[in-house]
Amino acid sequence: MPGKPRLIKKAQEVARHPSQVFRKPEHTEQTDDELDTMLPAADGALETEEASAIVGNTTDDTSETWKRVQLARHAERPKTLDYIKRLCPDFVEVHGDRRFGEDTAIVGGLAEFEGRTIMAIGHQKGKNTKENIARNFGMPSPEGYRKALRLMQQAEKFGFPVVCFIDTPGAYPGLEGEERGVAQAIAENLLVMSQLRVPIISVVIGEGGSGGALAIGLADRVLMLENSIYSGASPEASASILWRDSAKAPVAAMTMKITAQDLLRLEVIDEIISEPESGAHTEPAVTADAVKEAILRHLSEIEAHMTEAGPQAIEQLLANRYDKFRKMGVYEE
Amino acid sequence: MKKVEQKVEETKSKGEHHHFFQRKSLRHDSPSREVADNVGNIWAKCPKCHELAYTKEYEKNFKVCQKCKHHNRLRWDERLATMLDEGSWVEVNAHIKTGDPLHFANNGEVYPDKIAQTRKKTGINEALVTGYGTIEGQPVAIAVADFAFLGASMGSVFGEKLVRLIELCLERRMPLLTVSASGGARMHEGILSLMQMAKTTAALGRLGQARIPHFSLLTDPCYGGVTASYAMVADVIMAEPGAMVGFAGPRVIEQTTRQKLPAGFQTAEFLLEHGMVDEVVPRREFRSILSRMLKLYGRAQAPAFANGTLLSFPMIMGGAQHTQKTEEMKNYAW
Repeated sequence: MPGKPRLIKKAQEVARHPSQVFRKPEHTEQTDDELDTMLPAADGALETEEASAIVGNTTDDTSETWKRVQLARHAERPKTLDYIKRLCPDFVEVHGDRRFGEDTAIVGGLAEFEGRTIMAIGHQKGKNTKENIARNFGMPSPEGYRKALRLMQQAEKFGFPVVCFIDTPGAYPGLEGEERGVAQAIAENLLVMSQLRVPIISVVIGEGGSGGALAIGLADRVLMLENSIYSGASPEASASILWRDSAKAPVAAMTMKITAQDLLRLEVIDEIISEPESGAHTEPAVTADAVKEAILRHLSEIEAHMTEAGPQAIEQLLANRYDKFRKMGVYEE
Repeated sequence: MKKVEQKVEETKSKGEHHHFFQRKSLRHDSPSREVADNVGNIWAKCPKCHELAYTKEYEKNFKVCQKCKHHNRLRWDERLATMLDEGSWVEVNAHIKTGDPLHFANNGEVYPDKIAQTRKKTGINEALVTGYGTIEGQPVAIAVADFAFLGASMGSVFGEKLVRLIELCLERRMPLLTVSASGGARMHEGILSLMQMAKTTAALGRLGQARIPHFSLLTDPCYGGVTASYAMVADVIMAEPGAMVGFAGPRVIEQTTRQKLPAGFQTAEFLLEHGMVDEVVPRREFRSILSRMLKLYGRAQAPAFANGTLLSFPMIMGGAQHTQKTEEMKNYAW
């Protein structure tokens, strides 16, 4: 079919699908004001209008996208350990990659979830400067990815499903990380996850920054919270690549299509989990319930498929996971 | 072996073209090439030490400076000429073309226009060229990234072509060589570019399960999503001397960490020292090394048990099946 990018058409069908969980946020004036005072100063807001013109976006779209970016990065936004605590009555955190060290930017361990044992893994950001320094702002080193890999293999060994929480600006760019092969660590996770013989569910809870996020994101189901983002490069990095000006990040955020709504349209994620109107941090318990419901529903669905498939269950699971990523991309021929 | 290599050189020095040079000579305008290629066309200047050499000599030497051994960047076809048997190259899936999933526009320039210009400039449809040929008669599938095409950034077509090549390898039990150079993921296709990391690596997982070897050659420069996916998932990883290879670029690292980076940081030699690559292989020796490995890996046996007895059978085939399919493939190779 010449000329027509096949995925776009399919994506439009998806957008009309009634089971879609996405709810368009209805920002009242009051909410907007609230957001503005609540959030850190909107960097680059002044340039927004001018820069919007450059790429033909409307200022409205740009500022709405930017609000989501700010919510996704909000200091008070619930982090991985908050969700694990609220979702799992028991959690035993473990440490270290058994190769070189311990990376506090990724946490993980066995947990109890709705009568099952799961392996919970996630990027961990802090809520204040002190915590963030301790967690390296949620930017993992190779050791973090290798710890995650070790835990996933543990899960596979004992037949526990893996649940990953994604919340990172990206892998930490540093001398030591390069020396110890951060790229190799990410690549190996992708390889192992594509063949891991247990169900994997990944939830983007805040920021999904590039390969550093994908390294725990190759899953049977990928879910995103309504105000989370997921991208190949941060808005700031995109802006400095595109316009050599990281202050134009709000425009880049719009141009690069990084919101949960964009990603559902592009068929990269399976579902959007609704947040309370003013963001996840305003009602963490409500958000956690929604996350719990979504994970449980998807996990039960996968488990039901596996029971149906009988002895072929795992091969079927792996084949479906492969096909899910195999079809991603837009091209013409 | 040596004989074949000399033959390649002789043909080149007479100004004749390989089978895969059938298209009229391709023009590239990347800055580094400009410096190297055009000092009055007769002289080529090494971009590193500025040594002058006869262009013919320089090209005969696969654009490696005789004085400082600097390995200049190669076009995809120049790359293939360094390793393949003459006339053996068959390109596949050249027809797959770039889409515009984000309706990307920047300063009034839309992505499809940018692609059209780049196509015209480089003579290829996308940053990754895929196909197969022989090395000393041994079949091998090859995916070459051409840095002149938008910094060989990995977008949907790049990923799709690589996966289709891997599927071809699975179908014919053909070993795979990937030659990587890349600035990372393709900005213009956003998240879909990122997902190509998952897609290509998952496909390599299947190749691995089928016990078909993947050789990876990292060339200058190789960064971001390519290094963090298929290029680092190989049975043997090689790099060209002096090639810059890493995840984050040195400028980003310096800006983020305010660390002073040591001399030689992220070079192929640095990676070798840190255990990240198997070998640093000079361009002139690559064909010979790969040929030896194809032969050694070609004897791979898959252990298998049947009724309590250990059976083994040869894993890599080529031969009749290969030749027959070649004819079919030629129909849709350009």
